[in-house]
Amino acid sequence: MPGTAAQAKKALVTELWDDNPIFRQVLGICSALAVTNLMFNTLLMCLGLIWATALTSATVSALRSYIPPRVRMIAQVLIIAAYVIVVDIVFRAQFPDVHRAIGPYVGLIITNCIIMGRAEAFAIKNPVLPSLLDGFGAALGYSGVLMLVALIREPLGFGTVFGLPLPAREAWWHSWTIMIMPPGAFFVLALIVWAARARAMRLDAAKKAKEPPK
Amino acid sequence: MSQPTGPEAGAAIHLLTVLVSAALTDNILLTRFLGMCSFLAISRQMKAAAGLGLAVTFVTTITCAVNAAFYNLVLKPHGLESLQLILFIVVIAGFVQFLEMLIERVSLPLYYALGIFLPLITVNCAVLGAALFMTNRNYGVAEGLVFGFGSGAGWMLAIVLMAGIRERLKNAQIPPALEGPGITLIITGIIALGFVGFSGMVQP
Repeated sequence: MPGTAAQAKKALVTELWDDNPIFRQVLGICSALAVTNLMFNTLLMCLGLIWATALTSATVSALRSYIPPRVRMIAQVLIIAAYVIVVDIVFRAQFPDVHRAIGPYVGLIITNCIIMGRAEAFAIKNPVLPSLLDGFGAALGYSGVLMLVALIREPLGFGTVFGLPLPAREAWWHSWTIMIMPPGAFFVLALIVWAARARAMRLDAAKKAKEPPK
Repeated sequence: MSQPTGPEAGAAIHLLTVLVSAALTDNILLTRFLGMCSFLAISRQMKAAAGLGLAVTFVTTITCAVNAAFYNLVLKPHGLESLQLILFIVVIAGFVQFLEMLIERVSLPLYYALGIFLPLITVNCAVLGAALFMTNRNYGVAEGLVFGFGSGAGWMLAIVLMAGIRERLKNAQIPPALEGPGITLIITGIIALGFVGFSGMVQP
């Protein structure tokens, strides 16, 4: 079915860039700020989020004709919670150090607006495969921004990338402690949102200029 | 009244420490980043911000105490800590639903005033976050109650501060792309810098 494939690809691309949840809607930024002072922690968090979002969307979509509309919110929350508990247990067993550092934020994936947002906006009325890709794309776009924030914060704050020190760091680098602390996260995310919005506004203006005047 | 002495005074001081650290030094919004979505969306007007802040404080206080009780008395003795997520989210959703019905019955004007905020609280991560940080620190029921109140009050303090600043920003000239979330994040960063100054107050 070429139609379905094209639709699925469109869902993926839209969510990944055009409607990127952080740039466009500024949603779900709690964890974007909290876990991003180390890239490795961020990567794990992103994998957990992608897993939970994609599978929740697929599950909600598969069950969409069985969930009564009145209780759909609580049903969605329980589906999300089930997947997040899996993430929590895996992290606790495989990465105990990381789990100690970001523990509560793993649980907070449940209230990440992106998961519920995609389930509610897309998965509840679309077939399974496009829903899976839609959730995957949304989480991937979100993860991209998270990794970008971490890529700015970790080198500036610790002088390392993925825990590896920058070359000859002692000779020339002085860490900016503020980047590890909460205010640094706010400033970096603000600058990224600013840049993304400025670009989007320029593109919109260019598109308008091309259209013939009415 | 006689001066409290001995273990009682120690317990009172401990609870006070929990309260101050939850509200100021470990402010749930400014240092834990929780509840950002509604913080960014609702902080445009003082009245709405204060209303939501009150609702969040109330819900966080009660749900933290209830969750602490369930966690310490039911889950922990049976070794079911991994189910805490489901327990917490169900308690929060259930309590908010109950509160909504109760307010509708008791006071219709209050119901309309709070209207949209109540369902929003279920997905406010500050409420769930407070419960998770509470178990992370092994707090009991009394500490949980105080910690919940402190977290909620700290969140309300932050959103009210922000609403006050944003009402004045209406006349400021801001680059168009920075308007809305961008400038709000920058101001939040500056407020957070101020709150870093509280960090010496409580010895962990």
